[in-house]
Amino acid sequence: MRKPRVGVFKFASCDGCQLSLLDAEDELLALCDRVDFTHFAEASSDLQPGPYDVAVVEGSITTDEDADRIRRIREESRWLVTIGACATSGGIQALRSWGDASQWVSAVYPSPQFIHTLATSTPIADHVLVDIEVHGCPINNRQLIEVLVAIANGRKPHLPSHAVCLDCKRRGTVCVMVAQGQACLGPITQTGCGALCPTSNRGCYGCFGPLPAGNAKSLVAEFQRQGHTAGILVPLLRNFNATAPEFREASERL
Amino acid sequence: MSQPDVITVPILTRVEGEGALTIRLRDGQLDDVQLRIYEPPRLFEALLKGRPLEDAPDITARICGICPVAYQMSSVHALERALGVVITPQIRRMRRLLYCGEWIESHALHIHLLHAPDFFDVASGIALAQRFPDEVRRGLQLKKHGNRLLEVIGGRAIHPVNATVGGFHRWPRRDELMSLIPDFEWGLNAAIETARWTETFTFPELEQDYEFVSLSHPDEYPFNEGTVASSAFPSIPVDDFLQHFAEVQVPHSTALHAVRLPQQSTYLLGPLARINLNRDRLLPMARQTADDIGFVVPCRNPFRSLLARCVELVQAYEEALSILRDVDLSGPSRIAYDPHAGTGCAATEAPRGLLFHEYEVDAQGRLARARIIPPTSQNQAQIEADLRRYLQAQLTTARPRDELAVRCERLVRSYDPCISCATHFLKVKWEEA
Repeated sequence: MRKPRVGVFKFASCDGCQLSLLDAEDELLALCDRVDFTHFAEASSDLQPGPYDVAVVEGSITTDEDADRIRRIREESRWLVTIGACATSGGIQALRSWGDASQWVSAVYPSPQFIHTLATSTPIADHVLVDIEVHGCPINNRQLIEVLVAIANGRKPHLPSHAVCLDCKRRGTVCVMVAQGQACLGPITQTGCGALCPTSNRGCYGCFGPLPAGNAKSLVAEFQRQGHTAGILVPLLRNFNATAPEFREASERL
Repeated sequence: MSQPDVITVPILTRVEGEGALTIRLRDGQLDDVQLRIYEPPRLFEALLKGRPLEDAPDITARICGICPVAYQMSSVHALERALGVVITPQIRRMRRLLYCGEWIESHALHIHLLHAPDFFDVASGIALAQRFPDEVRRGLQLKKHGNRLLEVIGGRAIHPVNATVGGFHRWPRRDELMSLIPDFEWGLNAAIETARWTETFTFPELEQDYEFVSLSHPDEYPFNEGTVASSAFPSIPVDDFLQHFAEVQVPHSTALHAVRLPQQSTYLLGPLARINLNRDRLLPMARQTADDIGFVVPCRNPFRSLLARCVELVQAYEEALSILRDVDLSGPSRIAYDPHAGTGCAATEAPRGLLFHEYEVDAQGRLARARIIPPTSQNQAQIEADLRRYLQAQLTTARPRDELAVRCERLVRSYDPCISCATHFLKVKWEEA
């Protein structure tokens, strides 16, 4: 079978999610035997034009040019896989939704007239059809490798969909919410990190994004019962996946 | 007057972030060079405003996926200054160990996968592995060690979760730290082998009269503290940084350029600057490696920064091993504090150079103001100056435009630019009469 041609594309982001591919040190050379990275600017100067079997897309849409660029990439690609919180929910830069973007530009740049940016930072799925989403800030590279190998083998990828909370139970990590009264988003956040934050003695900050079936309303009520104020809870819900609908609604109810 | 000639090379590759290069020629002479940073602005300084100060290390880490620890370190030190928090020697050592992990991961990545391919005219580290399978596999192993160290201390390699204002959320596990020692003993020797391998490369000629700038500490190679040293001016305390360095905006870039005041001159940050200013504070094996590969200071050839990175790779392994062999997890992992109003700044040495942060905190412990000056935006004006000098020399020989563009891209790459911090999409555009 022909190796799938994979293109990796970046929009507004930190590069960390695509870097996680290069971080698969043990599998990197083997992975390159299974798929052909025909456009991966962070790794290779040999950039081939489309079409691509798989477009791996990192980053959010924050300019008109990028909104056009993602449409062109979609047209050239059979499968489109978004990776990371920026691409799947708008990322940390989506916090501009609650601010005045033009004022923000003025706060950072002395000559704001040279800077062109939209008032929003939106996920890729707001612009084009997305086939598979890999969540996380950053993603777990095992999940992306699973997706690429599954596509190469013509099967559906296996991506777990339970809550971070369950991972703590599996690891035997004492609950930081029950035992220490810390606000922890583990019950309403998708798995993928391995419950790193509770294992590090701190509450989950939701970097893998909301669990579709999570009950944010009930969890926030419990946080409030424990004495956490909106001053703590709003920033907790508004970070790397702030405009993901479940987190957005929960923060706006506060 | 003749019209300028425009030639475009579409994408700068094997760098981190998005940028472009415009080269304008008139009557066969170089008219102007602009490193254009296209990276869409993400407005971090603005989005931090009003947030709890504890968010700064987690959020600023997201500026860069390659050097998140640098952002975490500069932010926690700056906020500790604002709050008057004094950390213990144990916390300080653990932070140095964490930083060693990032230097090893970032330097091993740049040396093997991003930079070395240029010396053999191949497109990628993967392609380089066909010709040098053992060397590239060794490099991947070194990179993996760096990541593993970050995971043991920080939970994960990209955007670790354990560093916080005052120290760490928890101490790493002693058994996990100790288990790294055999790998790091192997890695120290492997890093020396890497330095010996890269010493055989043929480096393009270019000498630039740089002002080197880096942190400098009396007793140690700089990571987290020291004064701001320079090869041209007296050292200054970090608190005075903004009186001597300023950011200016240029129309062609979303990164602000930094210049030395008052004369608005360019300066160089990163491994080459650090080693030129601190060579005598390298640990013994790193210094021996520098001697063995004939790395003498001053070294003013930007392409040879590859060798500086290799010496620093040895340094990071040597330092990591000395900390690992004498692990001290006594005392609290984190110093408690009461939030109050204050202002504080700090600089630390990211793999690609000095990273400055300044914060103002309000009485409720919220961030009132944030200022972040990343190394790549500080190096941007120097990269343009290097390109001008390099092109002037190159234009005297009749080389095809494509080849010149490739050479310019290599020069930019030798800086290990982190374009998300400041640029990925470097279009080389030629304009000529």
